[in-house]
Amino acid sequence: MNPIFKSHEKDFMRIEADQVCVDYNGTVALYDASLNLKAGSICGLVGMNGAGKSTFFKALMGFVRPSTGKIRLNGLRVNQAQKDQTVAYVPQNEGIDYAFPVSVWDVVMMGRYGAMNIFRIPRESDRRAVFHALERVDLLDLRNRPIGSLSGGQRKRAFLARAIAQRASVLLLDEPFAGVDVPTEKLMAELFLQFRQEGHTILISTHDLNHVRDFCDFVVLINKTVLAYGETSEVFTSENLHKTFGGIPPNPLSGPTSNKDFINE
Amino acid sequence: MSEFLISITPIDWLLDPLTHEFMRRALMVSALVGGVCGLLSCYMTLKGWALMGDAVSHAVMPGVVVAYALGLPFSLGAFVFGVGSVTLIGFIKQKSRIKEDTVIGLVFTGFFALGIVLVSKIKSNIDLMQILFGSPLGISQSDVKQTLIISFIVIFILLLFRKDLMLYCFDAKHARSIGINTGILHYLLLTLLSLSAVVGLQTVGIILVVAMLITPGATAYLLTDRFNTMTILAVISSSFSSVLGVYISYWSDIETGGSIVLVQTLIFLIAFLFAPKYGIFKNQSLINNG
Repeated sequence: MNPIFKSHEKDFMRIEADQVCVDYNGTVALYDASLNLKAGSICGLVGMNGAGKSTFFKALMGFVRPSTGKIRLNGLRVNQAQKDQTVAYVPQNEGIDYAFPVSVWDVVMMGRYGAMNIFRIPRESDRRAVFHALERVDLLDLRNRPIGSLSGGQRKRAFLARAIAQRASVLLLDEPFAGVDVPTEKLMAELFLQFRQEGHTILISTHDLNHVRDFCDFVVLINKTVLAYGETSEVFTSENLHKTFGGIPPNPLSGPTSNKDFINE
Repeated sequence: MSEFLISITPIDWLLDPLTHEFMRRALMVSALVGGVCGLLSCYMTLKGWALMGDAVSHAVMPGVVVAYALGLPFSLGAFVFGVGSVTLIGFIKQKSRIKEDTVIGLVFTGFFALGIVLVSKIKSNIDLMQILFGSPLGISQSDVKQTLIISFIVIFILLLFRKDLMLYCFDAKHARSIGINTGILHYLLLTLLSLSAVVGLQTVGIILVVAMLITPGATAYLLTDRFNTMTILAVISSSFSSVLGVYISYWSDIETGGSIVLVQTLIFLIAFLFAPKYGIFKNQSLINNG
């Protein structure tokens, strides 16, 4: 057990969602979704495509307004939390135009925009934050390269660096392990554990059950609503997974995984 | 004319037009408008708003006609109809099942048709050809003033919100998640588009103004991987095209708008073929070395 868990922040709630319902023009995408995540935890958000994972993310980021229910991030309303740089979103690779003329450094610097003044002129502290973030994801050598020249895994790391530079305490990651190479996967898993130690709260949307078992403290199983929620070992039962995936879990529950050895510290 | 051309030196070619007041004015306005449109074109090409640029530039037509008929500044009318068309596009898209590009095409042709009908119906001294094809050589003193004011407003806002707009074009989701109001940025960019279309139609006319709003950006995009460099290249190539276009138009007695856009297109073709990294005949060694 690392010391931060025993600190006064132990029970500080980073994410509080209380009976959140979201509908798009009358079509219910998510109902009655509740979730409480404290500082220093990693939670997997597991469900099929269309189960409401991205809707839940959007609600947490303030992109859709819940029709009922309430959301608090670090105890703040979502729009206030945004201004406080509380949430960082790490997108899937598909959502980004990689032919855009920006360098890796520029992309990571975008994480600092919210903390800058209206002219977005980087101060020394912003440059240090970017430098440090690039160092942590091992992209410092590639910082002047155009973002489009990076490999899939490097791109993912660049956006992770942007979230680090933002110094957000809540990280939302959309399928972080999709299409990344083994070194990146290893580096990201290590980073996630460090983030947890630093008191960040990480919510990972995925349908890769192996990664969830490997380092998520908590799991939310979702299918239009929260089917089950709790510590991974308790929630990950075949009965719950059956409910979530309608009898077709995408991955076998047992069997060796690629990154066991360094997860178990 | 052609035997006349042979006898003049390049210095005369450059300096002779400057002896005329209308040419000095035309060159100054064209260079400025080229710069403004060139700067904005970077955002249009990166955001994928070429069709939107086409729509807005056509939709300002009835505004120009109405403004002239009422004796108001033409830019005011154009601006109202430009923003109005965009709002209407957004509204129809939201309230119907029709796809966006169809809605855009539908709205701007409707506005454009309204403009043409108005020109034929409102008896005034509006010259349809002047609106459609521009006439920088015949630009009036009051139009110069309007163009100057609008140009500086657009440049000022673009420079002020340069990074926010760039972020909005690149990753609107992230912009929103850090508390930036992307709704305002969206309409700010559309407003700048309307204003640029207004100044652009002064030099090349309504039909060709969309070229001013996309070609320089597309050219610069082929030449660099840096956003700042891209904006500088777009502004330079756009202003240069405008000035050269006006010169060619003066000496060869051809339509100025067409001449400017042809120069722009030619520069684009050169970039398309010979851009060091992204051209057809790219420098292979450059790519291998990263």
